Amino acid sequence: MRFRFLKSGSCGCVKTLSWQRSLVNGACFLVLVTFVILAFISTNALIAAETGSETEENGLVKFQIINLIHSKSIQHSLSGKPGNPKRGEALMVNRKKGNCIACHGLDVFAEKAKTKPNIYADMGEIGPSLNGIAGRYQEGELRLLLVDAKQIFPDTIMPAFYRIERFTRVDDPFLNKPILKPQEIEDILSFLMKQK
Amino acid sequence: MFLKMMKYRFAVSEFARYDRAGMVLCLLGLLFVAFGCLLISQDAAAADGRTKSVSPLDEKNPLSNLWSGFYYAKKETKAMQLDDFGNPGSFYVEEGAELWKKKVGAQGKSCASCHKDASVSMKEAGVRYPVYFAPLDRMINLEQRINLCRQDFQKEKKFEYETRELLALTAFVRAQSRGMPVRVKITGPAKPYYEKGKAFYYQRRGQLDMSCAHCHENNYGKSLRSNLLSQGHANGFPTYRLKWQKLGSLHRRFRGCNKQVRAKPYAYGSEAYVNLELYLNWRGSGLEVETPAVRN
Repeated sequence: MRFRFLKSGSCGCVKTLSWQRSLVNGACFLVLVTFVILAFISTNALIAAETGSETEENGLVKFQIINLIHSKSIQHSLSGKPGNPKRGEALMVNRKKGNCIACHGLDVFAEKAKTKPNIYADMGEIGPSLNGIAGRYQEGELRLLLVDAKQIFPDTIMPAFYRIERFTRVDDPFLNKPILKPQEIEDILSFLMKQK
Repeated sequence: MFLKMMKYRFAVSEFARYDRAGMVLCLLGLLFVAFGCLLISQDAAAADGRTKSVSPLDEKNPLSNLWSGFYYAKKETKAMQLDDFGNPGSFYVEEGAELWKKKVGAQGKSCASCHKDASVSMKEAGVRYPVYFAPLDRMINLEQRINLCRQDFQKEKKFEYETRELLALTAFVRAQSRGMPVRVKITGPAKPYYEKGKAFYYQRRGQLDMSCAHCHENNYGKSLRSNLLSQGHANGFPTYRLKWQKLGSLHRRFRGCNKQVRAKPYAYGSEAYVNLELYLNWRGSGLEVETPAVRN
């Protein structure tokens, strides 16, 4: 009898009429949909609840990585403020700061290199080109790529620009310091978002 | 059609026999010239890792084609290395030759007192170091071997790492192996040190969180800002670097690389670096020794 019970139709009902069965199925479906909607709302509420730049114990500002099936991202500005693309551009070519062009090429910079070669020349070819980067990634994904690209590409050569843990033998002057400050991440990000 | 006509001509010509003999001679001559050309071209395209890549001696090598750092150097830098008189590393080698003969210590011994002619006794040294040294139960590199000789047999104070004397003597000894393929031993007692060197190579380090492999295995041949990344071989060390304006040891280069990724460098002659030196020389086994090489 027990065996028969397990084998029988949906929701484990024995000898149910067809209208009863569809009623139960419908109810199940309704519960499921409600659950999904609730889950979605609560996640959004969680994101919405997080604003500005609270500081964690380790000195870095708090941020939350959103892990969806198709994309991982950080939705909110690390500094709580929008970035300045002009400052971002300067940080990208600064060897002691972002130094993005050590590995990445960008046509806008190649054009500028014609008149200011000491600032823009010698772009690297290790990473992908930054041309049209804003069309390939959403802002939140790009922010996470800057913060810690290994969250998306575990084997990448790209440094994590806003992380201070899980390192080996960091030299003293750089110990417990991220490469860039929260506002600097936002500045670079705002410049990248203009590359459509 | 043409052949038929030729046949006909030979058949009817009364000089046919001479013509045939001439043709055979001509063909022989051509063959000889062609063979000669082949020999010469083979010689010109000899695999040396500088103009043509070399196959690694060990098939387990992750690189299938070995390129010396020479290949990635700038044109003028290459020319400087190839010209013995223009190669600034040559001065160090000459100084090393003087030090080889110089008698020091209480017993007035020079390197030559025991080892005689370096071109004979040191022929293999530049190829096979670092080696396992049982009395100390660790690997030692050429610099350390020289200092051991100095302390144990010459009864003299050792040279500090990166001093002009130690660089000169190391360069002189290794230059005796110039043109010979690097071939280090990683089996037997050297095995665990090789493994440690390998682990070092693949370990991400520093604030930039990069391993040696990220640049020199995955991205060689690509430019990193103004530099062209090489495969990072050790076959030219001690090397004259234009950036240093001086001859420098492999460990100086290691320290530079470590600092570039913002990692705390190890000490000159440290065990970690000697193990890495062994591993790198294994990766480059098959490449010719180029000491003193010139690099950017």
